[in-house]
Amino acid sequence: MTSQKKYELYRGMLLIRRFEEKLTELCAGGKVPGMVILCTGQEAVAAGVCGALEKEDVIISNHRSHGHLLAKGADPNLIMAEIYGKSTGYNKGKSGTLHIAAPEVNALCTTTVVGGGIPIVVGTAFAQQYNKSGSVSVCFFGNGAADEGSFHESLNMAALWNLPAIFICENNVYSGAQRMEDHTKVKDIATRAIGYDMPGVVVDGNDAVAVYNATVEARERCLAGEGPTLIECKTYRWRGHGESDHQVYQPKDEIACWMERCPVEKLQKELLDEGFITRQEVLELENEINKAVEESVRFAEDSPWPAPEDALEDIYA
Amino acid sequence: MQNISMGQAVAQALSEEMRRDPSVFMAGEGIGVGIHDSPLMPTYGLLQEFGPGRVKDTPVSEAVIAGLAVGASVLGLRPVVEVMFFPFFTLASDQIVNHAAKLRYLSGGKSAFPMVVRIKAGAGFGAGCQHSHNLEAWAAHCPGLKVVMPGTAADAKGLLKSAIRDDNPVIFIEDMGLYFFPTPVPEEDYTIPIGVADVKKPGRDVTVVTWSKMLGTAFKAVGPLAKDGIDIEIVDLRTLLPLDKETILNSVRKTGRLVVLHEATRTGGFGGEIAALAAEEAFEALKAPVKRVTAPDIPVPFSPPLEKFYLPDEAQLIQAIKDIVKA
Ligand SMILES: Cc1ncc(C[n+]2csc(CCOP(=O)(O)OP(=O)(O)O)c2C)c(N)n1
Repeated sequence: MTSQKKYELYRGMLLIRRFEEKLTELCAGGKVPGMVILCTGQEAVAAGVCGALEKEDVIISNHRSHGHLLAKGADPNLIMAEIYGKSTGYNKGKSGTLHIAAPEVNALCTTTVVGGGIPIVVGTAFAQQYNKSGSVSVCFFGNGAADEGSFHESLNMAALWNLPAIFICENNVYSGAQRMEDHTKVKDIATRAIGYDMPGVVVDGNDAVAVYNATVEARERCLAGEGPTLIECKTYRWRGHGESDHQVYQPKDEIACWMERCPVEKLQKELLDEGFITRQEVLELENEINKAVEESVRFAEDSPWPAPEDALEDIYA
Repeated sequence: MQNISMGQAVAQALSEEMRRDPSVFMAGEGIGVGIHDSPLMPTYGLLQEFGPGRVKDTPVSEAVIAGLAVGASVLGLRPVVEVMFFPFFTLASDQIVNHAAKLRYLSGGKSAFPMVVRIKAGAGFGAGCQHSHNLEAWAAHCPGLKVVMPGTAADAKGLLKSAIRDDNPVIFIEDMGLYFFPTPVPEEDYTIPIGVADVKKPGRDVTVVTWSKMLGTAFKAVGPLAKDGIDIEIVDLRTLLPLDKETILNSVRKTGRLVVLHEATRTGGFGGEIAALAAEEAFEALKAPVKRVTAPDIPVPFSPPLEKFYLPDEAQLIQAIKDIVKA
C-alpha cells in the first residue's frame, strides 16, 4: 500500500473517531434524542472496507453505522442533522441515527433489524450481476447477526449464484451483553463460510491496512465472477452497546487492553515512522477534522425541525 | 397493595409462576444479562433466582426462540419467550403464525401448546420504525392464538399469570411506556381471566374502547370532557383475541356512541374490528357514527416532533368525542 493510501485511511478513521467522541459528549449532555449506538474503536473496519470500494459499490449497514457512512463518503453535516432529527438530515428526520440511508454515496440502507441487511445485499449483488455493472455489494453486520437465519440463507444463495457480494462480519466480541462464547460455539465466524463453499477470511479488524487488503482481494474475486467472500474483522467496541449502556458486563482491563490497540494511533504511528507526515501535520489534520465535526454539530443545531405534517410524506414513490 | 410499575408487575408474575410450577421456563435475548439491568425491567433478578437452566439467554435468533417455545410446549413445558421489540415479531412469526397457532388444529385437538410470547411494544422512545410498530392486529388475525395487551400494571400481573397457566399460545404485549410508572398492584397471587374486557370508568354519553398505553390517554380526556358535561365510559379491552363482545356491546347499547382509541396505525388496525362489531350487532343503539382515533397510516418516524405527531393524544380523542356528541 502506498503511504498516500494509508494516509487516506488514517484521515478517514480520525473523522469517524472524532465524530463518535463528539456524540458521546452530546449524549451525555442530553442533546441528542433516542438511542445512539457508536462504533468508537472499530474505525479500521469501516475505513479499510470502504477505502477499497468505488463510489458505485453498494454498502448496506447496521445499527452501528456512523463509521460505515462516513467512510463511504457521506456528508457529516447531513448525518449529524439526521441524528438530531432535523429536516436537513439525510432522511428528513424520519430515520434518525439508526436507519440512515445515503443513496447519494450508495449507502443504500441502514437496518437496525439484526441480520436484516444480509439478504438485501444478495439482492443488490444480484442486480449488479444482472446489469453487468462491474460493481460489488458489501454488507456490514456484527458477530451476533451471524446467529440469525438470514445470514445462513444469504450466504448460501450468494455462493450458489456467484454473486458479487462481500460479507463483512464486524466481530466486536459482544452481541448486546453477550460475549461471543455465550452466543455461539465457533471461535471464528469466518469458519461458517466453509458450509457455503466460499472463502472465509479472518483479519485484524484494528488494522485498517489488513482490512483494506482483504477487501481488495474479495472485490477482485467478485469482479472476476468468482463469487462472494466472508471477511471477519476482529475488533472491539470501546463504548457500551449504546450510549445509555453502562458496560457493567465489559471487564475494565479488557477495554483498556483493546484501547492500547487503537486503530487510529496504529496508522498514525506508521505514517510518522515512515516519515510521510510530521507531528505538526498530525496536529493540523486533527484541527481540521475537529472543525469539520464542530461544523456538523452547528449545522444540525441551527437546522429547523421538520413540520409535524411532514410525517405524512415519503410513504410511496 | 404495593406501588410498582408494569415492568415490575411482569417480573413478579414471572417469578411467582416459576416458583409455583417447575415446568415454566424463560428464553429470550438479554433476559438474563441485559444491557439495561434495571429493577424496573420485566426480567430483572430472575436469572439470579432461577439460574441459567430456567432463564435462558439466547443468541439473536428469533425464529428458533419461537420454535423452542412450540417444541418445548408440546412436550408439556410452559415456555415464556420474549420478543425484544414488536417489529422483531416478524422474524419469529413463522413459528408463531404457521405453527403455534395451527398445530393444535392440525392435530385434530390432540396436542396442546401452552406457551407465552411476551412482546415489548409501543412508540415514544425515539427509536424509529424498526423498533416501534404495534402489530397486535396481525396477531389477532391468527385463530388459535390468544392476544393480550394490558393497560395497567395490576392487569399485567393477573393476565400474565393466566397466560402462563393457559394451555394455548398466548401473545402477551407489554407497552414499554408503562414499564416505568408505579401504580397500585395487589400483592397476593391472583389471576385475571383472558378474554374479559374491563370497564375502567363507567360513564353515560360515549363509550371509549381502548387498550394498552392508550388507556392512560383516555383517562386524560375525562376531566376536560366533564367540564363540557360529557361523561365517557372507558372500556379497557385487555384481550383482543378472544374478543369480549358482550362488554363492548353492553357499553355501546348504554351510551349509544363509540370511539375506538389505539396507538397502532388506522387501516387494518383492530379498531376496525370493534367498529364493525358495533355496526353489526348494536346498529340500532348508535346515535352517531363510530369514530376511530389512531396513528396515521405511516411508519413511526424518528424525529421528536414527527413521533409526537404520530402518537394519538387526548386532544384528538376529545375532538372526536365532541364531534359525535354534537352529531
Ligand atoms: C432482529 C433483531 N433482534 C434483536 C435486536 C436487538 N439488538 C440490537 S443490536 C443487538 C446485538 C447485535 O450484536 P451484533 O450483531 O454483534 O452487533 P454489535 O451491536 O455488536 O455491533 C441486538 C440483540 C434487533 N435490533 N434486531
